[in-house]
Amino acid sequence: MAVLSAKGAGVVYRSARGPVEALSPVTLDVGQGEIVIALGASGCGKSTLLNMFAGFVAPTSGQIVVDDRPVTGPGPDRAVVFQDDALMPWLSALENVAFGLRLRGMGKAERLERARALLDEVGLGAFGGHRISEMSGGMRQRVGLARALAVKPDFLLMDEPLGALDELNRERMQVLLLQVWQATGKGIFLITHSIEEALFLATELVLLSPRPGRIVRRYHPGFARRFLAGEPIRSVRSDPDFLAMREELTLAILASEEEAEAHGQ
Amino acid sequence: MDSEPRGSHAGSSALMLGSLLALWWAVTASGLISPLFLPGPGQILGRVVDLARHGFVGASLWQHAAASLARVGLAMLFAVITAIPAGMAMGLFPRVNAALDPLIEFYRPVPPLAYLPLIVIWFGIGEVTKVILIYMAIFAPLAIATASGVRRVDPDRIRAARSLGASRDQIAWLVVFPSALPDILTGLRIALGVGWSTLVAAELVAATRGLGFMVQSASQMLVTDVVVAGILVIAFIALALELLLRRIERRFAGWTAGR
Repeated sequence: MAVLSAKGAGVVYRSARGPVEALSPVTLDVGQGEIVIALGASGCGKSTLLNMFAGFVAPTSGQIVVDDRPVTGPGPDRAVVFQDDALMPWLSALENVAFGLRLRGMGKAERLERARALLDEVGLGAFGGHRISEMSGGMRQRVGLARALAVKPDFLLMDEPLGALDELNRERMQVLLLQVWQATGKGIFLITHSIEEALFLATELVLLSPRPGRIVRRYHPGFARRFLAGEPIRSVRSDPDFLAMREELTLAILASEEEAEAHGQ
Repeated sequence: MDSEPRGSHAGSSALMLGSLLALWWAVTASGLISPLFLPGPGQILGRVVDLARHGFVGASLWQHAAASLARVGLAMLFAVITAIPAGMAMGLFPRVNAALDPLIEFYRPVPPLAYLPLIVIWFGIGEVTKVILIYMAIFAPLAIATASGVRRVDPDRIRAARSLGASRDQIAWLVVFPSALPDILTGLRIALGVGWSTLVAAELVAATRGLGFMVQSASQMLVTDVVVAGILVIAFIALALELLLRRIERRFAGWTAGR
């Protein structure tokens, strides 16, 4: 089982007004079979953390490793799902899902067949021939998820994938994501600014605080596993433990923002 | 992009064209303007038929048109295989852009007629000169449109491809090129317009065939109806090419409609 780790990995940007610390050195493991969620307001460095895991941004201190191999760039072992789908609008939904397979030279018939099975899995079996511009935001995110799954990654890196969806679609996608996670055992790293989403999905939840971005608290909620064990979603999300943790997180975020503002003065 | 239904203003267009045609017919049929300056619509129509049958200055209308189309087509072909890769490189690599951009921006605003004599001195008065002149007029707008299309590609789209394992070449040809294709095709449409209008200038130089040459010789012989007929043929071919390219645009860049 592979583990994707940040080992004291931090990023300092050089700007006209001197160095800016986007993310203080962070140590964090994302194991296969785990859902690690970074929660925080904008500017807390959670996107920087995801970009380092993906290999889009190189840490200026520490390193990112998969087991003992340092990550030096993006790769299909760590597929990314983006907030604004980042699909190829000139291709059909099916061809989008097959895109990563085409890159590695898989034949057309084989890759389209695999893409069709994946579209089925995310509930879009009937929409393979549709253009991306004809699809809703929720459907596009499903295509994006299927495209990432197609290259059989060990890890899924999700950059606020549900941020643009309405409440109901959001919950549907959360359920789908948990089902995919249960079926495939991927290691998932997801960033969000929704407290409820983080609590419901995470096996490990890290709370980040801005200026400079850093991890201030770590939690290990078990609600996802309870849901997958058969407990109804409404019961899980209205559980007194769930509500209490939600309040605790809200207070922790407010406190960290006040502290950051006091620093900034 | 077009929110209004097509043809909703066709009435206005038809009214304007119809009025102009009526005015043209009125001033020529009444003898208000001499046919030497402006022949009537009927005479022009007859002339077009005559040109198609018997030709003018040693070549048929089709041969003149074919000669012109071949020059523009050849120039266009060279431009497509050089300006699009050049524009791609300019959009992808700031260094290439820094090298090429000043050069293109320097010659682009110069009217082709101004540097035509230089090209004649270098390449003589044959076909090569005409094709080069049109090619240069086409190259700049096409390269610039390609480069700006490449720069506008959503960076997340490139990141997505990289994370799926795309190589540099695959990113360039499977992500960046199709993303920029709508801008490239618009550039191609503009470039074709520029190329076609440069054609007449190119054919002023010792040509023995071509629509520009035909109009030019007719004007020297004061055969005004051939001048007008030639202008109309040039306009109609330009219109046909424009419509053809719009079709190609809809076929290959139709996906932008929903964005």
